[in-house]
This record gives sequence, structure tokens and C-alpha cells, in this order.
Amino acid sequence: MDKLSRIAWLYIGAVIAAAVIVLAKGPYAGLNWSQIAVLGLLLVACESSATLLNARGLAWSANTMASLAAVVLCGPVGAVLVSCGTLLGIRRGPSVVQRLFNTGMYALSAYLAGRAFIAFGGHVGTPGQSSFPGLIGPFAAAAVVHVAVNFMLLHGVFWLTKDPGGASARVGLDSKLWLTDLGYGAFGVLIAALWSVLGPFTPVLVLIPVFVARWAVAQFAAQQRAYEATVSALCQAVETKDFYTRGHSERVSRGAVMIASEIGMRPERVGAIRYAGMLHDVGKLGVPTSVLQKRGSLTDDEYAAVQLHPMRGLDIVREIGFLDEALAGIMHHHERIDGRGYPMGLAGDEIPEFARVLGVADAFDAMTSDRSYRGARPIPEAIAELRKWAGKQFDPAFVDAFVTAIQRDGWTAPEPVPAEEPLRTIESL
Amino acid sequence: MTVAGRWYEPRGLPRHALDSGQWPLVAFAGLLIIWSVAQTAVSGVHDVHAALAFGALIAFGELLRLNLPGDREAAPIATAGAMAYALVLRIGDDPARPTAAQVIAVTALAMIVGALPHLAVGRPARLTMMSARLLAVACVAATFRPLANAGLIGGRWWSELPIMLGLIIVAWFLESVVTALIRTDALRTRFGVALGDELRIQFAIAAATGASALLIAFAAEVMGLAAVAVFAAPLLVTQVALRRYAGIRATYLQTVRALARVTEIGGYVETGHSARVSRLAVAIGRELGMPEAALLELEYAALMHDIGQLSLRDPVPGGATVLVAREEQRRIAEYGAEVIQQARVLDSVADIVRRQSDPCRPIDRAQPPPLSSRIIRAANAYDDLVGSSADPARAAEAVARLRLDTAAEYDPSVVDALSRLVIPAA
Repeated sequence: MDKLSRIAWLYIGAVIAAAVIVLAKGPYAGLNWSQIAVLGLLLVACESSATLLNARGLAWSANTMASLAAVVLCGPVGAVLVSCGTLLGIRRGPSVVQRLFNTGMYALSAYLAGRAFIAFGGHVGTPGQSSFPGLIGPFAAAAVVHVAVNFMLLHGVFWLTKDPGGASARVGLDSKLWLTDLGYGAFGVLIAALWSVLGPFTPVLVLIPVFVARWAVAQFAAQQRAYEATVSALCQAVETKDFYTRGHSERVSRGAVMIASEIGMRPERVGAIRYAGMLHDVGKLGVPTSVLQKRGSLTDDEYAAVQLHPMRGLDIVREIGFLDEALAGIMHHHERIDGRGYPMGLAGDEIPEFARVLGVADAFDAMTSDRSYRGARPIPEAIAELRKWAGKQFDPAFVDAFVTAIQRDGWTAPEPVPAEEPLRTIESL
Repeated sequence: MTVAGRWYEPRGLPRHALDSGQWPLVAFAGLLIIWSVAQTAVSGVHDVHAALAFGALIAFGELLRLNLPGDREAAPIATAGAMAYALVLRIGDDPARPTAAQVIAVTALAMIVGALPHLAVGRPARLTMMSARLLAVACVAATFRPLANAGLIGGRWWSELPIMLGLIIVAWFLESVVTALIRTDALRTRFGVALGDELRIQFAIAAATGASALLIAFAAEVMGLAAVAVFAAPLLVTQVALRRYAGIRATYLQTVRALARVTEIGGYVETGHSARVSRLAVAIGRELGMPEAALLELEYAALMHDIGQLSLRDPVPGGATVLVAREEQRRIAEYGAEVIQQARVLDSVADIVRRQSDPCRPIDRAQPPPLSSRIIRAANAYDDLVGSSADPARAAEAVARLRLDTAAEYDPSVVDALSRLVIPAA
């Protein structure tokens, strides 16, 4: 939110003003202030442990849990008061305006959820043994209203402040986030239910499994990043052997992802093809350097050595369990639609889908970068070449998808290889 | 022993055969089950509905057991359910009075039921782990149930909670001690180190499990048996997250293991070299009492210790870096460290790889290399000399040669540990 338009300012002002009006209207009679304080603390704890979801500052926290518990225990106005804890969240990041907006947004969501709870016949107060299962229906209504209002307000602000042409405006519609929020919201009813037995100690007990889950999710994300960085570093190490192909795996991986996203592959498969792209040429390591860098045509023996590289690559990555579909892609990325490729000579649909995608991306990057035997070609020329060989060497559907994606998002061809840069040898060490 | 060098190989706990130290534990658990079932059969089951509800939760939890990093197992939902059953004081309006024997019997039978589907698809049950879990529950039940059933515990939450909390912590500690004993026995590690690792790694799960057990036990008062299902939900969320975390950890290690083989495919080192060096290095590290986190870094570093050779146009003859001049070794190590550093998350691993060719007592009074580097240096030299051969004479000869160089090159304590591992005691 660097520079806000007038409409965006109006919108944010309206949300904050509505929250202030709700807060000013009351009524404050009969509120249990110590309960509100404890739940407010719970909310501050949740807000302080928010996870950042994207670069534009969208963060997610388990606040819903605390404000929905307050809806049951303290009613709409109490829930608004608890939600004001958002203002006090101990985390870096949000500016004053963002904090105020978030607080107003949560206050409004909590208030409307509280109204929904009462409208569906829920009784405000500490539930006892007779409250179940009658409480579940009104609570579910409150949870849905809370999540829906929250996301509508949030989506509004992202829509009004979106960068022109940016894809980030879609972020508010991520349905997984809605469900996660509903799931954590369900903890609210647990807190409310236990209040009569455990009193203010309830939030502490409920928070422990929640925090452990959050810790595990954070660990998972960290490991995932580490994993990607490590695979990419090792792939780059493999490429040092042939300096003409530096960055090749990274670019093939990017190209394969562009094709896969363009044809609407599921996200898990897109992830797998990304790794397949990175690893597709690992087997080149088994080919002698002198052959890889040879200027001029290869002898039959040398060509046979080159043809072996997909199988060698497979040998290496076979043991990585999760890569099932990627393995087929790595092994067959040099097959041709007309059946004249290697190593198996598969044709048409016999070639695994991943291999056909990789084949297009691989050939395109090879054409647009320098090689020991020729210079790089310009992108339009490479596209023409892809189209020319579609149906013979490449799958036409994937060529079309790739060309569409390139024309929309562009393509960064590698820097030309400057001058002869010899590899280290034992003698030169 | 014919294959002298191979008995440091097991990377994890044996899955089928039980080591000598594990028999007493499993036998004790078996006796406990027989006693508790007989006792319950004689005295009759108290509150069948509660027994079935908690039993179902425990069986479900056992079905969803988790494999954790380091070849560990946990069944958070089952443990939470069993602990809750051991600690529950009232279900709805009625006081809950299951005997300790009944709690143990229900837990044991439910665990067996939950393990059956795993057996059916060919995943063996790990009796020692199950026994350790049962023991923890039995400890809580045997202490808490007699007191509770006699009406000595009760009143308000602030008088009940500390006792329950204390018991859960004691049970967690007991389980960790038992597991650490098993691991000490199976992995040739030190007990103190194993216990520390165990407590560290299980802490988060134990906290979530214990809190959920208390939640279920208290919620049963308000919600009746519905609490058993409802309050298992938070733990299910935790479990899903933990499973994903354990999954990516395993994939990571698998991938590094696989990609470390690029040097073999490229003909830079002998086939199986990095795998052998990493196994030997980890075994030495364990022998020297390194904790698990350090062992993992050591394993990564050992797997990738030759990655620097990729910068060579032509492989070193036979891949044996021990035969190459010091300066060259150092450059290979330096380049390997550069590669690993690009991953940005493995800086300490890169450091281990960088210092692997430094002698253990540097002449220029520089900092001596880290222990992991010294271990890799010795393990690498040993493997270059012995290779995949299993000849005990050759192993002894290689160790003798390394010993000659302990004054400056190789760390004497590392070589001692190595010789204990590869030369069977007379």
C-alpha cells in the first residue's frame, strides 16, 4: 500500500468508521471484562504469530479462533472489543494504516458474526452441558459469516490497491485459505465449551496444539525452500562441466512450468515438472567433456555416448521417491513425436506427457542459447523453428501453449557466452 | 564375522529382529497386557461406552501413526486418547471410574487393532516403539487411577490440573528414556546423547499430545463422549502438518543421496564411494557422541564431499583424492564448498566440506578444522584405500596406515573410533 487512490482511502476510512460506530453504540452492560481481557490476550498471541503469505503483505493468523470464542462467550460487542487486540499484535510489517484497517475489518467481522449467532438462536454466555449439540448450528453460522465478511473486506482492499496488470489481485479468492480459516475458527467453540470447566486456562491448552501445528508448517516451508535451493545448486554444479549450458536446467525448468501452467496442469504436477526440468540433463555428466564441447560433427561412438544420457540421468534420480512422473519425463525428453528420437524411439502418445513438455522447453532453450558449434538464435526464429517441427519432433499442443505463454509473459534468453573460458584440469590446478 | 567392515551399516533400527536389549521391554509389555486383560475380565468392564469411544480414538490414532525424522515413530492421537482415558474424572454428569488395568487393556487392544491394517499392507509393527508408548500410558494410569477412583482427586480444575500435568511430563520423560535406551543399543550411540536428541525431537509433539489429552479429559465433563471426537480435531491438524514436515525431510535426504552420485556417474569417483564414506562418517560421529542434528550435517557433507571434483575436466585417476597433492585437494574442497554455499541453507555443511582436506593440526597455527571435517577426511582416506573390499586384513592395513599419519594429518580419536568400527574386537 504505497500510494493509495482516493477510492481506496475512502474504502479504508469507511471500514474503520463502521467499526468505531459499532464500538460506540454498545451496549456495554453485563459484559464480563476479565473474560474479554483473557480472550483479547489470546487474540494478541494469534496476531503476533501471523504468517506472511505474499510479498504484498497479505498475512494469515488464527485470530478467528479468539473472536469466535468471544462471540459465544461475550456476545457481539464483547467480540468487537476482543478483536481490537489486532491493533496490539506484536509483529513487524503492518503500517499504522494497515493495522487500523485490519482492526476495523476484524471488528466488523466479529460483530456481524455475533449478530448471526444470535439470529440463529444461539445464547450468549458460558455454555453448560445442556448447550450441546444445540450450540453447533448457530456457531457454524457465525463462523461462516465471520470468514465471509473478513474475506470480502480483504478482497476489497486488495482489489482497490492492486498494481495495474499484476496477478496478485486474485489472492483474496484462494479457497484453501477460506477453509483453513474456518477450521481454525472451529477452535473457538472448543474454547467456549471448556470455559465452564477450565476457565481462563482454556486458551493456553488450546493454543499449544495450534502453535505446534504452526511450527510444523513453518518448518515444512523452510525445508521446502532449502530443498529447492539445494537441488538447484547441485544442478548448477553439474552444468559447470559444459559452460555452454550454464543455466540451461533452470531455464528448461521455467519453460516447462510455463507450458504446464498454460495447459492447466494441477499444481502438484507443475511442481513435479519443475524438478524434472531442473534434473533432466543430470545424465550429461556421464558423457565425456570432450564430446559435449566438440566443435564439428560427432562420430557414431560419440553420438552413442550422448544418446545414453537420459538413461544415466534416470540412474541417478531413480532413488528420489516422490519423482515418479518426473522420472518418465527425464528418461524420455529426447523422444520425438514421429518416433525417431532416443532412447526408446517412442512415438505420439506413447511418450509420457512430461517428456513431451520437457522436449519443447529443452529444444527452445538450446536454440536460443550459444553452443560450441553455433551462436544463439533470436527468439522469433526459434519460435518459427518450433512451429516448423511441431507434429514431427514436438507435440503441437505444447508448442502452441509455449508460444502463447512466451508472447504473453516474455522469455529471458541467456547472456551470450563471452569468450573461451577453459575448465580446470588437473594440470592447471 | 566375515564382512568385517559392514556391521556399522544399519542406518536405522532393525525392523524385524529384536536386539538383546529390546526383549525385556517387549516381554514386560506383553506381561502387562496379559495381566491387565485378565484383571479386567475378572472385575468386569466399567462403562463400556467410554471404553469403546476411547478405544476407537486410540485405534484411529495408531492407524495414523507418524514416521518422524531419524527413523522414529509417534502416534500423537493414540497417545492423547490413551492419556485422556487414564486421566478422565467425569464423563457428563457421571464420575468416570475405569481401573488402571482397564485403561491399560483398552489401550493395548486398541493399539493392536490400529496396527492390523499396517500389517495387512505389509508394514511391520515395531513392537519396541509400541511397547514404549504403552509403558508411558501404563505409568500414568497406574498412578492416577487408584487415586482418582478412591476420590482423592477432584474439585476444581486448579487442583486437578497440576497433578495431571506432572504425570504427563513424567510419562513423556519415561518414554524418552526407554526410547533412548533402545536407540543406544541399536545404533551404538551414547545414552546421554540419545536422550538429549529424543527429548529435543519429541518435545513439540509431546506438548501438543499432552495438551490435547488434558483438553479431551476436561471436555468430557461438558460434552460427554462427543469430546473424544471433537478434541482430537486440533491434534489432527498438528499431525497433518508434522507428516508433511517429516515427508520433506525424508525427500531432502533422499535427493542429496541420489544427487551425490553424480560424481560416480561422471566417473570422478568409484561407484558407491560417497554412500560408503557417509555411512562410515556417520558411524564414527555417533561413536564420538555427536548429537543427531550434527550427524545430519555430517551426513550431508560426507555425501557431497567430492562434489568439487565436478570442476575438473578429467576425473582424478580412480577418484582417489587421497593420492592427489594437498593443494589440489584443497581446491577441490573449496569448489565443492562454493557449490554447496549456493544453496544458501547449508552454510555449515559447506564449511565442513571446505575444511575436509586440512590436516588436523595445521602448521600455520590456523584454527583446526571442525570435528566433522576431520571425520570425513579419515573416512574418505580409509575408503580410498579399502574401497568396497570387505577383506579384514586390508581394513587393518588401511587403519595402520592412517595411524602413521595421526601426528599431523588425521585426528587420533577419529582414527581410534574408525578402527573400533572396522576391525572387530579380538
